[in-house]
Amino acid sequence: MSVPFYVSPEQVIKDKADYARKGIARGRSVIVMQYAGGLLFVAENRSRALHKISEIYDRIAFAAVGKYNEFENLRVAGVRLADLRGYSYDRRDVTGRSLANAYAQTLGTIFTETQKPYEVEIVVAEVGATEHDDQLYRLTFDGSVGDEYGFVAMGGSAEAITAALRERWTAGLSLEAALRLAVELLGSEQSGNGGGGGGGAGGSAASTGSTTGTAANPSGGAGAKSSASSAETRVLTPAQLEVAVLDRDRPRRKFRRIPGQRLAEILDVDDDSDDAAGDPA
Amino acid sequence: MSTGRGPGSMLPAAFLQSGSSSFAEFLASHDPSLLPAGRPLPSGTSVDAVHGTTIVALTFAGGVLMAGDRRATMGNIIAQKDIEKVFPADESSCIGIAGTAGLAVEMVKLFQVELEHYEKIEGAQLSVDGKANRLATLIRGNLGMAMQGLAVVPMFAGYDTETSGGRIFSFDVTGGRYEEHRHHGVGSGSMFARGALKKLWRDDLTPVEAVTVAVESLYDAADDDSATGGPDLARGILPVIAVVDIDGYRRLPEAELDPIVRAVVAARTVRPDGPTAPITG
Repeated sequence: MSVPFYVSPEQVIKDKADYARKGIARGRSVIVMQYAGGLLFVAENRSRALHKISEIYDRIAFAAVGKYNEFENLRVAGVRLADLRGYSYDRRDVTGRSLANAYAQTLGTIFTETQKPYEVEIVVAEVGATEHDDQLYRLTFDGSVGDEYGFVAMGGSAEAITAALRERWTAGLSLEAALRLAVELLGSEQSGNGGGGGGGAGGSAASTGSTTGTAANPSGGAGAKSSASSAETRVLTPAQLEVAVLDRDRPRRKFRRIPGQRLAEILDVDDDSDDAAGDPA
Repeated sequence: MSTGRGPGSMLPAAFLQSGSSSFAEFLASHDPSLLPAGRPLPSGTSVDAVHGTTIVALTFAGGVLMAGDRRATMGNIIAQKDIEKVFPADESSCIGIAGTAGLAVEMVKLFQVELEHYEKIEGAQLSVDGKANRLATLIRGNLGMAMQGLAVVPMFAGYDTETSGGRIFSFDVTGGRYEEHRHHGVGSGSMFARGALKKLWRDDLTPVEAVTVAVESLYDAADDDSATGGPDLARGILPVIAVVDIDGYRRLPEAELDPIVRAVVAARTVRPDGPTAPITG
């Protein structure tokens, strides 16, 4: 009979955390920031169907990076929780705070009690009546919650983008200015950050199979090529972007996706996406 | 309500299960007591409950309109003078209810959440037929209560992007779903309202004429049915009128409706039985 090796709890937690961090760092980044009229969500995402940004409830939206099947699972759970609360009490009683709490408990339990932690990082954002009432919660794979002010960046280049946002973001940006800033920062993201370079990202995606960054970007080769000149800035076009807002001035359901045509106007580029008709959700 | 979640525990399994886009199915698996059909009934008893009465719907070029009177009765008592029985189902359809008011309002609430829930989870709206079928399923679940006298008889109308026109559906207590063409009415005063609709409806009605036809038909219903309320100009209680067309759901504001109702009432002081239809042609 063999005696199992002793592994200290610290080591187990550290290994799980490293594993989750690596998974998250493989994907492209998402930026959430306040602008004059509400909250803006910008993600680099070539897929028109697999969303990284979604509506949860009237004033609440969800943004995520990491493994698609895992954050999609959390998103659906959030929609169910919000709808159940609104149905049992009242629409006004559904808050971002309670949703963030539920997510934190869930992620924390999964992290400590299961073999494989979720490789996700999510933002729960709630738009309030004024800028002071806006709420941004950032949740990480181990269930930690952070209450953020003004902006959040997640994903592979989160640190670099956050540093840039700290310098350049100001309160009361117009939608156009905020969007241009976000797109520029996402474009300056170093390709194939983390996970051992672009080629590594493509390779490991083949084994994990469903990281959003790669699901959205089937050509691992492209990532490998641009990682050679990683400091180079890319100009992101509407087809590579997923953009939505929580618009303070809309009635009831504040969430609205910004279609490719409108994005092209704001960014002053050609519209290369074919979703001009817009997406109902 | 129970979310089934104590402090420090993750969301229960029902929230994280994949598969269903239906809120009603989620409730059935998580907390059936929240569903109208999920409550056991004592046998052989009946209760006095508030009843809502007449709803009419008619199509016009490019859309559909639904109107309801404002009276709720309990036996020979007028239970409420200004109840509302026509609601938005989502952004491109509406629902009107006749029958047991408490259950009907609950069913409308459930139906509204059901449609929005599907839209958020799937990222697309249900088709008009899909919505009507979902409503039929909800009504079918209520059959036990209907057999004890607590029937709910809704009417559903929506804008169909495929036919670019309005469509009307009626239902029976067993969950039967019937598409109605041109116009229809449900509730205790509906037989009188339908007589008026038959004589006044034309296929080239403008939206404003359609509103007039709806007000005339409700006036006739109130004339002969004690459970249907006529326009109460003294209190400023007018019928609720919902218009659904390519621009979506819109409740007619009082400022637009008031002159039309006043004109109809004024014409009735000259001809109490309302406008005449030509005998030939």
